[in-house]
Amino acid sequence: MTEIPEHLLKRSKEAKAQADGVPAPSADAGASSDDDGETIPRSLLEQSQQGGAPAPAGGGVATIAPPAMAGPSGNTHRLLTVVKSGSIQDVKATPGDKVHVWPHLLAAEFTAALFITAFALVFSLFINAPLLELANHNATPNPSKAPWYFLGLQELLTMFDPMIAGVTIPGIVLVLLGFAPYIDRNPSNAPEDRKFAISIQTIHLMFWAVLVIIGSFFRGQGFNFTYPWDTGLHGIFHL
Amino acid sequence: MANSIEKSKQSLPERLQQGATAAADWMQDSQFWTSVFRPGSIFRKGYTDSPRNRSYVIMNSVLYHLHPVKVKRHAVKVSYTLCLGGLSFFLFILLTITGIFLMFFYRPTAAAAWSDIESLHTQVSFGLLVRNLHRWTAHLMVLSVFLHMARVFYHGAYKAPREFNWVVGVMLLKLTLLLSFTGYLLPWDQLSLWAVTVGTNMMGFTPVFGDQVRFVLLGGKQIGAETLLRWYVLHVLMLPFVLVIFLAIHFWRVRKDGGISGPL
Repeated sequence: MTEIPEHLLKRSKEAKAQADGVPAPSADAGASSDDDGETIPRSLLEQSQQGGAPAPAGGGVATIAPPAMAGPSGNTHRLLTVVKSGSIQDVKATPGDKVHVWPHLLAAEFTAALFITAFALVFSLFINAPLLELANHNATPNPSKAPWYFLGLQELLTMFDPMIAGVTIPGIVLVLLGFAPYIDRNPSNAPEDRKFAISIQTIHLMFWAVLVIIGSFFRGQGFNFTYPWDTGLHGIFHL
Repeated sequence: MANSIEKSKQSLPERLQQGATAAADWMQDSQFWTSVFRPGSIFRKGYTDSPRNRSYVIMNSVLYHLHPVKVKRHAVKVSYTLCLGGLSFFLFILLTITGIFLMFFYRPTAAAAWSDIESLHTQVSFGLLVRNLHRWTAHLMVLSVFLHMARVFYHGAYKAPREFNWVVGVMLLKLTLLLSFTGYLLPWDQLSLWAVTVGTNMMGFTPVFGDQVRFVLLGGKQIGAETLLRWYVLHVLMLPFVLVIFLAIHFWRVRKDGGISGPL
């Protein structure tokens, strides 16, 4: 079943009320105050007024009371209804500001890919991937660190019980992150309407960023707190 | 007769140029060429920069899977997306290419892994460079996927109708981390062994089935030769396979959910 849009129902109600001679609450008498800017051609309006009925100014679909058999100008037909194009078909008022993907988007994408390739290539020419000694189960390095993206978790483990740091906190974070669209019911995407969501996410991202930075640069022997300028950054590319 | 006299008057470069043009015309007219490049392709004969051909470039090529023919003007502004999603995908392609190269020289056994990497550095042409590229682009991919997630959040782009694509994206973020982490063990040096030891110890804290998950992933109580083989298969085959499936869904949903979100 097709649903009839609400604005059409409202219009038809107004028009009916007008046709019955009862002034509708929102119907304006002036023909110029058409809601969507489309006006009924003047000739049609005049024709309908000649019929003696009030002008259907406020309504898009207006049923007009039957006029006398012959109008003053001798016409024998009568105007039953005027249907404006916008009320039935969804006429696209503006075509929208669009550009071709080729070349506008593809050129940008290609340039970005070139830049990242060049960056990775130059970086790889000057800085070698680490290869330390052969793995040895009997020689535990001090400190032992996880890959940098897990250092936030390792940092949490120094502060809390494993049950909280290793399971509860990351579990809650991942669930909240995954279901963010279903938790955040605010339909707006304007920053001024989303102060809470943006604050929470910024705090969350900063939380991990700070922990990863501490874990990477401020942890020395025995994973104790230290300053990078005391221990040096010799292992900085051991990633 | 007159024609041949005229021809002989031309200088050699001119004649070469004419010959090259004729050869290019012959190639572009061939059945092979016209069957490879569909109408509208920039490689077809007589491509002109017309609105019709600009549409055909996308519509008549595999790119139509990724992009519509036209996008809203704000969508092509680099400052809106910073290209982060596309770059993550591009880095994944770079990683696949460099990774396949590395696979030719690497055996995932405790006895051979480390020395294979070392001889890759010293005895294989561009071996060190390709390994460097693989390592650094892997870190870059973790970073760009993470930043892509942040960008999408700050634009509120995960809101209806794109909710589910956000969920797929979070899965892709996790898969990216897992891919990076499984690759971390493969050089089989002190850095790999102990970083992965610390990482997998955290896994053991998972309640109820933590120890079992750890046992299955390590192939034992601690990291050993079995772990290396398992993580190798995860890294080069299983996780990329799963990632590609999620990528396909992610890209399809971008097209179906109405392209990229509107400006703020």
